[in-house]
Amino acid sequence: MDEHIFEMRIIATVVTDVLVLVSCHCDNAADIYGYLQEYTALGTAGGLYHFRDQILAGQPDYFFVMNSDVCGDFPLKEMLQAHRKRVKGSYCTILGIEATRQQSLNYGCIVENKDTHEVLHYVEKPETYISTTINGGVYLFSPEIFQPLELPWVKPLNHYCKEGRFDVFGFDPNITTSEVIRLEQDIFVPLASSGKLFVYDTKRFWSQIKSTGAAIYANRHYLAIYQTTHKDRLATNGEGKPKIIGDVTIHPTAQIHPTAVLGPNVSIGKYANIGEGVRVRESIVLEGATLQDHSCVLYSIIGWNAVVGSWTRVEGTPNDPNPNKPFAKIEVTSIFTNDGKLNPSITVIGSNVQIPSEVVILNSIVLPDKSLSGSYKNQIIL
Amino acid sequence: MKALILVGGYGTRLRPLTLSCAKPLVEFGNKPMLLHQLEALVEAGATHIVLAVSYRAEQMEQEMRIMEQKNIHFIISAGPLSLASEHLTKDNEPFFVLNSDVICDFPFKQMVQFHKHHGKEGTIVVTKVEEPSKYGVVVYDAENGRIHNFVEKPQEYVSNKINAGMYIFNPSILKRIPLKPTSIEKEVFPFMAKDNDLYAMELQESITMDPSAKIGHNCRIGPNVTIGPNVVIEDGVCIKRCTVLKEAHLKSHSWLDSCIVGWKCSVGSWVRMENVSVLGEDVTVKDELYINGGRILPHKSIAVSVPEPQIIM
Repeated sequence: MDEHIFEMRIIATVVTDVLVLVSCHCDNAADIYGYLQEYTALGTAGGLYHFRDQILAGQPDYFFVMNSDVCGDFPLKEMLQAHRKRVKGSYCTILGIEATRQQSLNYGCIVENKDTHEVLHYVEKPETYISTTINGGVYLFSPEIFQPLELPWVKPLNHYCKEGRFDVFGFDPNITTSEVIRLEQDIFVPLASSGKLFVYDTKRFWSQIKSTGAAIYANRHYLAIYQTTHKDRLATNGEGKPKIIGDVTIHPTAQIHPTAVLGPNVSIGKYANIGEGVRVRESIVLEGATLQDHSCVLYSIIGWNAVVGSWTRVEGTPNDPNPNKPFAKIEVTSIFTNDGKLNPSITVIGSNVQIPSEVVILNSIVLPDKSLSGSYKNQIIL
Repeated sequence: MKALILVGGYGTRLRPLTLSCAKPLVEFGNKPMLLHQLEALVEAGATHIVLAVSYRAEQMEQEMRIMEQKNIHFIISAGPLSLASEHLTKDNEPFFVLNSDVICDFPFKQMVQFHKHHGKEGTIVVTKVEEPSKYGVVVYDAENGRIHNFVEKPQEYVSNKINAGMYIFNPSILKRIPLKPTSIEKEVFPFMAKDNDLYAMELQESITMDPSAKIGHNCRIGPNVTIGPNVVIEDGVCIKRCTVLKEAHLKSHSWLDSCIVGWKCSVGSWVRMENVSVLGEDVTVKDELYINGGRILPHKSIAVSVPEPQIIM
């Protein structure tokens, strides 16, 4: 359910973005930006159809839809340009991402006409190799998309009418919702080769966030994007300031001792407190967290209001994509190995966790509000 | 007074240091371990010192020549305590016995005082440990030090004091030792304890720092730390239960517990070293690494963490 809620919210945010991009004839952008909640799980396209009136309010020419668990340097402008050039009545342009043969099997795979970029064939998570172009979870729709969306919505209702089952019209969440419409399987699969579905390929940074650890990887890329787009957001070296190595963002309300050393790839949140001689590398420190003097945080996420004691070491293991394979994506590894051991990953410290001084927390996940008493390695602390 | 130093053994546990040098001659604070002991013994009034050596006797003899000049009588004796008895029983004075691998702020004068005060056959020095379950512990009367018994690797807490390898005995102890390979700890002490003839004296925690060592700001040093000459310790370093040998360099904000840092080593910033990690001569540990029980051979440069106890060749 969460996924859908988020998805709906993202629809709204991107609508505002599109308004900015195309300077659409809609003035009340703020009204559109809102929180739309499905009454029951409707599937990735069902929710879209349900809120069609809200989405189409202000008569946009096009609208973007994004999955909330993808991040990247999205070429939205370019997608829009490409989509505009399509034949009139085209429904959708999907953001296509290059993947490895092996990893493509975990995603929606797209076969395209290399000249026209029309989607010829679409399979969601195939068992065998289909194509290394995968669905990036970012779509640009024309309002006409609601025509094919109507079909799977109305068809089962007609069916039930014939059978005299009217209960499906009630909003009873216990009834298996046959009105679920999945964008990928129910819409894209039949639309392939119809001349209405297109793909826009990009080789820019793209990643799915399926695990907490992926946030460190994604953060590194977002910070790298700031180098070209928002250089003002990146911290700089200077007199009386902490030493900065590589890309680092620091919230202006965070207090950082000038002897601390931060970076590369570090983000320090609101009101965070970083003590004397602290070292942070490849990590995210969330709002209100405290790192006491001489502590060392590597490849970790420090949760809201957590406290790391003096001379304590918090360290995780990076799970970046295989650097030796082109287009490799972050691997969604299982939490445990086959013999029941925790797979080493980014260390995640939950909110309000207290870590004492002079201990080491290695490759562990600590749930919120725990007050630790010693060192932990390769554990989930409940 | 007389003293006996038990030198035997190949020092395998002190590798990699003992690959460069015989164990008693490994330097701590610019001086071989043995010399530290000898000087402290002389200081406490010892005039005859017996070295019970099992190997590398020549190397030892050479080293001792230096001491001879100071009017100390040396006997290099092949074999253990019982074989050295003729040297120890000449008068009826108590004598010191030392394991050669002990280094600390030797409390010989207090030992003599303590021994004379209780007036029984033997005194052993004990020291506190954090995890007594790994050792053989000494159970004794906290008031007067009388030892009740010894417990090997206790499963439940009985005491956190272990034998520190320094003793004073009356010559009468020699009657308890048969002329065959005998473990004094296992085959003699328990009987002395049973006869109420053995007392324990607790070793005080100490910090020994060579005056030439440089220590930065906001450091926390101790307990039980020995820092050798010309050692440089940068700002914000925390060291506990460690020996840092001559000319080693510990960079800022590093944290070390129960380690030996060899001569001329360099330990990087934000390094964490623990669990009896030993760095051989001239080892470099790069910044921000974690060394857990790593035994690292001389001249290595370490660029990745050693998260589990391991020997790095």
